[in-house]
Amino acid sequence: MKTIAELEAIRQRTLEQVGMRKEKDDVVRVVVGMATCGIAAGARPVMLAFLEELQKRGISHVQVSQTGCIGMCRLEPMVDVMLPGKDKVTYVRMSPEKVSRVVAEHIVNGRPVEEYTVTFAEKQGQ
Amino acid sequence: MRDLSLHILDLAQNSVRAGASLVEISLLADPDADRLTVTLRDDGCGMPPDLLARVTSPFTTTRTTRGIGLGIPLFQENAELAGGGVRIVSEVGRGTTVTGDFGLRHVDRPPLGDIAGTVITLVVTTPLTPDYVLCLATGERRYTFDTREMRAALVTVGLDAPEVVAWMRESLREGIAEALPGLAAEVDVTRL
Repeated sequence: MKTIAELEAIRQRTLEQVGMRKEKDDVVRVVVGMATCGIAAGARPVMLAFLEELQKRGISHVQVSQTGCIGMCRLEPMVDVMLPGKDKVTYVRMSPEKVSRVVAEHIVNGRPVEEYTVTFAEKQGQ
Repeated sequence: MRDLSLHILDLAQNSVRAGASLVEISLLADPDADRLTVTLRDDGCGMPPDLLARVTSPFTTTRTTRGIGLGIPLFQENAELAGGGVRIVSEVGRGTTVTGDFGLRHVDRPPLGDIAGTVITLVVTTPLTPDYVLCLATGERRYTFDTREMRAALVTVGLDAPEVVAWMRESLREGIAEALPGLAAEVDVTRL
């Protein structure tokens, strides 16, 4: 069984690595729409896929958080990605499969995945 | 909402938005009474009686962008389809308790779903506040998950640190299998 003592060991290890952390203004923000519409459309697997992908790649300067319904329920699950000093990019109809591409191309390499964005979806008249 | 874990994720958002500092979630299975009780209790802002009276209507919401809120109505519909119902007790300044009863073996009772995924999603997206307590039980078999205990052990390390998330995943997986053995073993036919 998992024990609280293991968390104390994690604390020790993490505090030793703390000097390696990036500065606060380097933080990338990922915001997942998590209202009833988002949840029903599959926001939770998308959110968990982000956590898994970031952990797999050892990326620690990304903060994943949530927001409510912004009124485009038909395009859920929606995810905002904010790189420091860049405009916010809104991805629509996200899926766990799309997450690894967003992490690799946008968060790691700084190039948004155009065809997943709300701008692209609206141009297509979807 | 296709399963109980998604209802819990959805309803817990209401508690977060109500400014709760503690959200207690419990799932209690009683095979003898053929009952499964899902409870969410928070110490958030609570609801005045007039809002409480309207809250099961889909046309009630505190949101100002548009007048529709489906979380509680969907939960109520699923509970009623499964031979149960929903009760809500709320007091302004004290908090709100939402209780859903389901027939444990009722054919229309939604499956358990990914409870671990729900708890991890809640904790990681709101890592500072509120605290979450999850209680699972079938008779004497129990499991408790409590972010207050975790915080005490982690001190300055955040609940959203990757190693902590991995610990939570494993602890929850063990706990669900221990405390809700029948439900955890169910095959979700809607996903086949």
